[in-house]
Amino acid sequence: MKKTMLATTCLAILGLAQTATADTLRLLTWGGYAPDDVVEMFEEQTGHTVEVTKSNNEEMIAKLRATGGGGFDLAQPSQDRIMGPQMEFGIYKPIDVSKLDESLFIPSMLAATMANTTVNGVVYGVPHVWGTSGLVMNTAEAGDVVKDYTDLCDPALAGKVSYRLKRPTLIGFAFALGEDPFAAYDDEAKYKEIMEKVEAKLTECKSNVKTYWSGGDELMNLMRSGEVVASMAWDTGGWKLNDDNADITFVAPASGALGWIDTFVLPAKGQADDAAYDWINFVMQPKIAAMITASAGNFTASAGAEEHAEEALKAKYQASFPIEAIDNIKWYPPVPAGLEAIEGDVLDRVQAAN
Amino acid sequence: MRSHARIGFVLLLTPLVLWLGLLIIIPHIDMLLISLRERISFGVYEPSLAQYQKALTEPLYLRTFWRTAVMSVLATAITLVIAFPVAYYIAKMARGRLQQVLFMLCLIPFYVSELVRTFGWMILLRETGLISNLLQWAGLADQPVEMLYNDAAMMVGLVYTSMLFMVVPLVTTLESLDDSVVEAGYDLGGGGISVLREIIIPHAMPGIVSGCIVVFMLSLGNYLTPTMLGGKDSLWFTEMIYNQFIVRSNWELGATFGFMLLVLSSVIVWGMLRLTGRTLQETMG
Repeated sequence: MKKTMLATTCLAILGLAQTATADTLRLLTWGGYAPDDVVEMFEEQTGHTVEVTKSNNEEMIAKLRATGGGGFDLAQPSQDRIMGPQMEFGIYKPIDVSKLDESLFIPSMLAATMANTTVNGVVYGVPHVWGTSGLVMNTAEAGDVVKDYTDLCDPALAGKVSYRLKRPTLIGFAFALGEDPFAAYDDEAKYKEIMEKVEAKLTECKSNVKTYWSGGDELMNLMRSGEVVASMAWDTGGWKLNDDNADITFVAPASGALGWIDTFVLPAKGQADDAAYDWINFVMQPKIAAMITASAGNFTASAGAEEHAEEALKAKYQASFPIEAIDNIKWYPPVPAGLEAIEGDVLDRVQAAN
Repeated sequence: MRSHARIGFVLLLTPLVLWLGLLIIIPHIDMLLISLRERISFGVYEPSLAQYQKALTEPLYLRTFWRTAVMSVLATAITLVIAFPVAYYIAKMARGRLQQVLFMLCLIPFYVSELVRTFGWMILLRETGLISNLLQWAGLADQPVEMLYNDAAMMVGLVYTSMLFMVVPLVTTLESLDDSVVEAGYDLGGGGISVLREIIIPHAMPGIVSGCIVVFMLSLGNYLTPTMLGGKDSLWFTEMIYNQFIVRSNWELGATFGFMLLVLSSVIVWGMLRLTGRTLQETMG
């Protein structure tokens, strides 16, 4: 009897120990950020299992909001989408930076992201992958016309341009119109004024647009078939297309490419924090980060990962970004609450306009 | 004995009650409550009718609302006009094997998902697509023709998506029509049109009404087809609901839109039944 008791207790303890060290990590991320080979290596090394769900900024926040921050153990929204949703819905939990190996991060990027994701003195996010959005175009056909976002409205390209009806388009057009929307983030009246200008421009531009793209693959098809020659898109999209057609590439617009950083955050009701910290420390190692760069097409905040990145990608990056273009990147600051309602109304009106 | 019967009754009823309660009634009550509040500041909400006021005064929302309703009615009408001869042929003219084969042909496109079917239309209609190339090859067009991203393309997609749901109820009702009744109509001196109007359509009415209701609901609630085929001008009401919930994080307005859609579809279905002088019971039974 006693023996059985002992055995059961041992088993129970073993079982408990097992769950404490080997967890299931439910990762809510973007396509390409958790490639199969990296997941396999991580599972082998740590014993954790990883369940990957691919999503985008809006859906990540909507999913976490619907469950009050449950259902996932690690999420990767952009750094500008952390402060607002956290203040509004409380869907994240503070990140304990001491559990991370800070030496793995590029110091300036880590500091900037932590500053941008601090609410009430508590840090909620650390950086992972960064990139920009700007112009993807066929330089042979549109290179002379398109230098900035607003050039997409040039009549010479009627019916051959495309962009998304989302907030990056509004911000990009505002910069191209000579405004600084980021400086007006805290001034709702001023921001509204800028957005009205953008709305007028986008409405006027509408006849020039073939279609508003909504998914990366859709845009790829449009560009590849030649139906669209210039568009507003992510840098990786342009670089991928560059492999098939040397004329197509990513160009940083005159008013500046828009820079984003996707982060790591812990959802409020996440149940595998240790596994989440393990994952962050694992993927930030230079070699692993280079594997993610190869799969996602974007560079990471991992210090020293560039050395391991493919030469071809580095060459494309340098061609798209001369030094002055890098300095001109406009990094998204955290979005204050209320602005998205203004933007939403503008986007709806543009879509419905004739 | 009686208590046995009662237990059986309760057991049989439980799944239905759970289904209705958990999946339909409770979420709708929650939606209604969400739609009846207003965001004051971070995490602070107050009950108010502001959302309904906004939805009913903003011209854009109303325009999209009516556009979606009118286009859905139009899609239903077109589907009926195309499906009726098809159903009549399958039910009355085709015999034996041919009948089964034709019915299967209607069914087969629905073996694949709606997304794939819509992509199929995109491949056909796009500027570098099959039809455009065919026209150029035949010399009917001297440059690529863009047939995607407009209301006509969207209508094609909607009608195609809902065709089956019109054909099936029509075939079922038309099959029950006795051939001798049609024959008697002709014997009594009726022409093709008067037989159709006086005999076939009245008999097929339950099928027409239930088919129309299903197709109308499907079109009204469709998200994929208008978004993918309709392009830059086609804002569908469901797309606005998605935008409010997911993109804008504005659940209050999204829930309000959801309720407006629910009321609209209920009113139009009720109107359809009134117009044809039928009750819901007759149509569904």
